Amino acid sequence: MQFMLLFSRQGKLRLQKWYVPLCDKEKKKITRELVQTVLARKPKMCSFLEWRDLKIVYKRYASLYFCCAIEDQDNELITLEIIHRYVELLDKYFGSVCELDIIFNFEKAYFILDEFLLGGEAQETSKKNVLKAIEQADLLQENIDFQMRLFAEPE
Amino acid sequence: MALKIVKGSIDRMFDKNLQDLVRGIRNHKEDEAKYISTCIDEIKQELKQDNIAVKANAVCKLTYLQMLGYDVSWAAFNIVEVMSSSKFTYKRIGYLAASQCFHESTDVIMLTTNQIRKDLSSPNQYDTGVALTGLSCFVTPDLARDLANDIMTLMSHTKPYIRKKAVLIMYKVFLKYPESLRPAFPRLKEKLEDPDPGVQSAAVNVICELARRNPKNYLSLAPLFFKLMTSSTNNWVLIKIIKLFGALTPLEPRLGKKLIEPLTNLIHSTSAMSLLYECVNTVYIDVNTPPLPSLSLSLCLYLSLPPQLCVQKLRILIEDSDQNLKYLGLLAMSKILKTHPKSVQSHKDLILQCLDDKDESIRLRALDLLYGMVSKKNLMEIVKKLMLHVDKAEGTTYRDELLTKIIDICSQSNYQYITNFEWYISILVELTRLEGTRHGHLIASQMLDVAIRVKAIRGFAVAQMATLLDNAHLLTGNMQRMGICEVLYAAAWICGEFSEHLENPMQTLEAMLRPKVATLPGHIQAVYVQNAAKLFATVLKSQEGNTDSTAAQETSQLMIDRLPLFVQSANLEVQERASCILQLVKYIQKLQQKDVEVAEEVSALFAGELNPVAPKAQKKVPVPEGLDLDSWINEPPSESESEDEQPKAIFAKEEPKHSRPRREEVDEKELAKRREARKQEQANNPFYIKASPSSQKVYQEAPGVEHIPVVQIDLSVPLKVPGLPMSDQYVKLEEERRQKERAEKKKKEKKKRKEKRSGRGKKHDSGPESEEDITPAHQVDIVTEEMPEKSSKHKKKKQKKEKEEKEKKKKKKHHHHHHHSDGGGEEAVQNGTVEEEEPLPVSVFFCFLPLTKVYDIQGNLQDGSQVVVSVIFENKCDSFLKSMEFNVLDSLNSKLQRPEGSGPHDGLTVPFQLPPGVSNEARFVFTVQSIIMPQKLKGTLTFIVKDSSTHEKLDFKLHFTCTSYLITTPCYSDAFAKLLESGDLKCSSVRLEGVNMPFHHLLARICFHHHFSVVERIDSCASMYSRSIQGHHVCLLVKVSAQTVSIDAKCDEPTLLGNVLDEIKQTFSQC
Repeated sequence: MQFMLLFSRQGKLRLQKWYVPLCDKEKKKITRELVQTVLARKPKMCSFLEWRDLKIVYKRYASLYFCCAIEDQDNELITLEIIHRYVELLDKYFGSVCELDIIFNFEKAYFILDEFLLGGEAQETSKKNVLKAIEQADLLQENIDFQMRLFAEPE
Repeated sequence: MALKIVKGSIDRMFDKNLQDLVRGIRNHKEDEAKYISTCIDEIKQELKQDNIAVKANAVCKLTYLQMLGYDVSWAAFNIVEVMSSSKFTYKRIGYLAASQCFHESTDVIMLTTNQIRKDLSSPNQYDTGVALTGLSCFVTPDLARDLANDIMTLMSHTKPYIRKKAVLIMYKVFLKYPESLRPAFPRLKEKLEDPDPGVQSAAVNVICELARRNPKNYLSLAPLFFKLMTSSTNNWVLIKIIKLFGALTPLEPRLGKKLIEPLTNLIHSTSAMSLLYECVNTVYIDVNTPPLPSLSLSLCLYLSLPPQLCVQKLRILIEDSDQNLKYLGLLAMSKILKTHPKSVQSHKDLILQCLDDKDESIRLRALDLLYGMVSKKNLMEIVKKLMLHVDKAEGTTYRDELLTKIIDICSQSNYQYITNFEWYISILVELTRLEGTRHGHLIASQMLDVAIRVKAIRGFAVAQMATLLDNAHLLTGNMQRMGICEVLYAAAWICGEFSEHLENPMQTLEAMLRPKVATLPGHIQAVYVQNAAKLFATVLKSQEGNTDSTAAQETSQLMIDRLPLFVQSANLEVQERASCILQLVKYIQKLQQKDVEVAEEVSALFAGELNPVAPKAQKKVPVPEGLDLDSWINEPPSESESEDEQPKAIFAKEEPKHSRPRREEVDEKELAKRREARKQEQANNPFYIKASPSSQKVYQEAPGVEHIPVVQIDLSVPLKVPGLPMSDQYVKLEEERRQKERAEKKKKEKKKRKEKRSGRGKKHDSGPESEEDITPAHQVDIVTEEMPEKSSKHKKKKQKKEKEEKEKKKKKKHHHHHHHSDGGGEEAVQNGTVEEEEPLPVSVFFCFLPLTKVYDIQGNLQDGSQVVVSVIFENKCDSFLKSMEFNVLDSLNSKLQRPEGSGPHDGLTVPFQLPPGVSNEARFVFTVQSIIMPQKLKGTLTFIVKDSSTHEKLDFKLHFTCTSYLITTPCYSDAFAKLLESGDLKCSSVRLEGVNMPFHHLLARICFHHHFSVVERIDSCASMYSRSIQGHHVCLLVKVSAQTVSIDAKCDEPTLLGNVLDEIKQTFSQC
């Protein structure tokens, strides 16, 4: 996978993850172009489109579009599955996720994505394992925060 | 739950956290930019504080702003600070920010190496985890090189959580630092059998991706993967394995046979569409299509795995109600079509159904498929369906797409599938009724093409075009360029040129001279005027035959009345033609009044048939003696434009494939006769090659009653042009015609069988007619076919391509060459590299020799600006090379010294020629102003390959390293000490890790490659000296402890020093 974008129906970017090194300018250009193209598609249309030399796989969940770019030889259906898994993970973690959850906890959304995908490849196909890893990392963070709250001393 | 506690604690600690920022932005929709700029100011303040928690919070906010499109690269260093925090909370944020904001050119990445290494070896697996995750996003070649070992160790970590991340990230490391692949591979292979399924799947993933790039190296793993494939139930893993086999099988055909069984099982048993799709896609498509043309493999694969199975499965996908499956099914189908057209064609019904789909992308896919599915038998039927869709289609884009597809389908391979051109003309005429199309031009060029090339159709075409002209007002609603009015261009030309076929030329002439015509685009009006003149000639001819001469004079008067309108046209072309013709007609009128017969002479103006000229015809014109088409008239342009520009022929659309329509066998005598005739004609007219008379009798439909166009006046559809036939009737007619033909054939065959009763009975086919049985009703006059193939040229091109391909396999090579200077016996050593951009049959070795008048430099610094480049040319091809010219694009700093009087862009002639396999050396002098920076100069070498006498070009880059400006100069230790004490020199140092060689070798290497001499050596410590051609002193102090080499250096020019040190580092990283 080359990159993943999440954006709202209004075209606002909510999350971006790039697995290929690109400069900011190029990223912005691609984002703008893709958001426009995807939003222009009618609701009944299929989830795939060819764009430059890549294939775009997108799916809409409520007001959010999840959009992935894959290479020519990659499998579109498994990419749809990845998107769906990620949505399920977000749902489990936040408890029926909505767009606002992702806006206000965008770093958490990234952490979950990073536990699920690494370098553009699925690293863990078990939802349970992903959530376990996230919870434990959160717990670690929470303990530190708890200590800090007690002592409130700068590092 | 956990989340809430975390959030709560942060809330209390800071004034404005991420949530506040997001909320703030949402509340300031009107002045968002202003609000954010104040926020950024706050963040800058926060970053200045010592408290890491405040910093981390600030960085977190910045990451959010980065996503919104704000530049946060200025905070890169703060991100590194937060990454280095010992607390997981902040480290996590730091790495997240880094993975979002850093890219390869972020310079602070250099500072992170040690921090990342520390985190990788942290006892806490989540520290290691975030470091790996972050690294996967911003790994650079440097990081990959420095951390490859650490990550490799992690592949054997006790925790599967770390192992699987480490395995996955190794792929990124391999990409950035390919040298790491060899040592890491055994361990990676081991991970294929890891007890943890996650790790195993990660390893499969990585090896699959690697194998896609270079399958050859992974063949040995096939048995292991085969085992995994038959045992694994994880679809994610299976998909990757199938992909891997897709890459491996072309190299090892025997694999194909082994795979058939498990693959068939999978195809039959899996419920996962993604897996099924992968099987079908990889096995049939990727393996069977080029660039993997391994015939034996495809054979054994599809001999046992019939494509029907695959197509059937695809049918299931297409029939599914899910749009996505439908789309993918069609996509895969179109790929199978290329290799197994027959098995796809039987599903025509399904594809046609897809044209009704509500999803436009699916309809377009189906259209693509139809293009490849037509045959003589089904063309009319398919086009009929498409015409229905044209009527129904909403939105001009899709309708235009349909229109072009219909024309594409019909005209493909030189109208191979059209059996009745009357039908095709009526289709074209029907298409003109489309409102708002942008493809008027396309329709027009088809009309012209057919009318010109299919002689038998001209009468019909002219009648149709005359009706179009008569009803021109219906078409002129859309005056935009390329709009439908373009067809009037074709209509006017056809009516004029073939006016002898017109039933009522007078009526058409009047139609063409209507005042309304003046509103048409200029180029169409011009054609109108010109062809009005042709019509005029025809009309005169018919009228002069009559006894009544007034009719002819009235016609002239009509021209004289109407033409002035065009003389006033703003379009120059129209004006010119109109005034010319007007004067002509006035003169004719004068003659008519004297009762002179003029018709013959007027029609002589337009006599002679215009014949189509094949796009390749020009090549047949012999080149006059003494004209060298290959020599340059002007300076060659720096960048060659696309060579093969397709001629935009309006008459003949060149098809990529020349599929010869069936013709009767022509005997030798006939051929010779024709050749003779052609030669004669050529001699008379070098620019036009007349088509020789068609050898086949043109089948002409008997003009029966049913062939007279049926007048249809349909009031409900106002745009329908009255008097035009509907293409549908041809479908029926065609059926009848074929039936008749079949019946005749049967009769004949019966006769034959009677005669041949004793002989072996000919197999009688009473089933459905085959493609071959359908004879076209009209014959296309295919001019391109008359041309003898330019086979020699083609062959040459092909050979060249092959050669190039062979050459390309050789990767970029860096050649090093050593030379002794001839001045004073000093050893001045080269080092230069050449990057061959486009490998051609010549290889060039470069070496640099600083001008060797070493002793003169002190007194005469002038020479310090010259560098001699010695170039060794080696001819690696089999042909003799001559006229070599060496040229370099000068930079401001470095210039190639050219002989006096030549321009700054002239090349230098290489003073020798090269027989095959021979090498020779030439020297070129460069003037260099500043020597403190390395630089690359682009250059080209042009030469002529003797056999083909073609000009070839080789691009290269000259790499002037700083080292090449250094000259080995001895220095005594006391002078050296004095130099160091003087305090004029700037300091710099470098550390080399993992250098594993004896100290004296190390010193020798520096001396040899970088032109230094040893001043003094004590144990594992040495001082060295060199100086540049411009007199810079460079002093080194080299120390070795364990495997680490530290070099402290001094020089009066810090930039030069930095570059020299970089180059030294490079030398040792290569060993």
